[in-house]
Amino acid sequence: MRITWSKFVLTVGYLFLYFPLICIVIYSFNESRFVTVWSGFSLKWYKALMSNPIMLRATVTSLKIACISATISVVLGTIAAIVITRFSRFRGKSLFVGTVTAPLVMPEVVMGLSLLMLFVGMEKHFGWPSGGGTTTVIIAHITLTLSYVTMVVQARLQDLDKSVEEAALDLGASPLKVFFVITLPMISPSIVVGWLLAFALSLDDVVIASFVAGPGSTTLPMIVFSSLRFGITPEVNALATILMTVLSIGAIISAVCIYKKKKQMDLI
Amino acid sequence: MYRIEELIISWFRDLVKKITGKHLLISVPSIWTAIFFICPCLILVKISFSDSLIASPPYTSIIDMISEYTLQIRLNLGNYLVLFTDEMYLRGFTTSILIAGASTVCCLIIGFPMAYAIARSSEKYRSILLMLVLLPFWTSFLIRVYAWIMLLSPCGFINTLLMKFHLINSPLQLMNNSYAACIGIIYAYLPFMIFPLYSAIEKMDYSLIEAAYDLGSSPIRAFFSIVVPLAAPGVYAGSALVFVPAIGEFVIPELLGGAQTLTIGRLVWNEFFGNMSWPTAAALSIILLIFVVIPTIFTQKQKEISLLTKE
Repeated sequence: MRITWSKFVLTVGYLFLYFPLICIVIYSFNESRFVTVWSGFSLKWYKALMSNPIMLRATVTSLKIACISATISVVLGTIAAIVITRFSRFRGKSLFVGTVTAPLVMPEVVMGLSLLMLFVGMEKHFGWPSGGGTTTVIIAHITLTLSYVTMVVQARLQDLDKSVEEAALDLGASPLKVFFVITLPMISPSIVVGWLLAFALSLDDVVIASFVAGPGSTTLPMIVFSSLRFGITPEVNALATILMTVLSIGAIISAVCIYKKKKQMDLI
Repeated sequence: MYRIEELIISWFRDLVKKITGKHLLISVPSIWTAIFFICPCLILVKISFSDSLIASPPYTSIIDMISEYTLQIRLNLGNYLVLFTDEMYLRGFTTSILIAGASTVCCLIIGFPMAYAIARSSEKYRSILLMLVLLPFWTSFLIRVYAWIMLLSPCGFINTLLMKFHLINSPLQLMNNSYAACIGIIYAYLPFMIFPLYSAIEKMDYSLIEAAYDLGSSPIRAFFSIVVPLAAPGVYAGSALVFVPAIGEFVIPELLGGAQTLTIGRLVWNEFFGNMSWPTAAALSIILLIFVVIPTIFTQKQKEISLLTKE
């Protein structure tokens, strides 16, 4: 009795989660412009997408921004996580934790607006960052993703057995060596997850980028967003399918990696 | 002269020696958040008290040296007063709270049975089921909203299906209302509800429920007197995780809600991009931040209380 109940709940729940996405994938192969009619299988919209120079340029810009901001964010986030988990109480620690994690709850609109105001002020007083460009978007995305990376890495650091690090320190290794030889390999799965999360968040963000992006740095989500305001465009279907495939493959690979790593750790 | 220079150099050396790796590690993220998080917030507060101006940047300074010895700080409270007197803004606040609240409750209604079912499924499938909950979260946010445009729009999937089976003659207005915005928010933030609920339910001791059954309790009573209190931390955490981003949401109400679903997020956007009124946008942002901070503090308190009672 209960088994059928839970099966029913899960079926309905997962249908709710996946049905809309499956619809997108199916209709990206539709010959017709309209959702109403199915007029045969075609790769027309993929071709249209590939020959759209604005879309392609925006994709390159977005990927560049996502790569750079995720990488810097992972470095800063790992440092912040180490400070939070490994350092004993220091003056202003709660302020440190608060400011690092606060962007998690900050509404995107507020974050975009306040960062833009900062950039305008900075440009007026220091002449930097002048004229927009991708720098402002990268800085904004690092600030946004830093807290997510910190949370992910911090969770792993807390679970870690501290005695291994302590043993290395007792045996005369320098703290720097302990970090690179002991800690880093142990937290590497969470660093990969943090990087992927930061990458996905950056690739996803439309609101903050709309506020801070300069004239020459329109990102892919900004273009998708403005085309969605005019309703359904089948090109977006094709783009969505490609993005979904890439991102879910990434997610699955990272999940498998973590699973394997965990098994390895268990064996040790 | 020579001695003083030497003194300065040795003092500087001491200072450098005192700055250990620890200080450097703390300072790197701190400097980043100070410049790019705390500074913008302070600027936001400052601008919310200034006057609108047709210039670049379009606001007046609130601190002026009006003579050699007088520093004048002028706070314009008008930006805030307008928000609480103009009906449009007041409606914006209530719309935001209602949509965020309704979405949170719906997420709880959908998410609780799902989390419970996942937690009670056999261990083999559990991680796969959780992964499946998370997977849509990895696909682009805009795409998930777009999926609902495709389903709900007048020539979208649902209307087409209903017309084909002659259940309706003209397309229903499913999109461009606050219900559509709610559906979009529920769909986008459901994983945030399921995960904390799952981790709370998973820790639960099932023998307690069996004991309740043995003592003659009905399933419904067992659920409300055992499962719900034990899952309470998950309920609080999940509700905050849905409510907090939902209240400041811009993209979903903009794309699915239509013109009349004006949430705070959209008002900030319109004030900034439409009216070019930076001070009003800043004041609205501050109000929005207050709406976000209150539930966050509340859940933090709940977490502390539950930790204390456990001890």
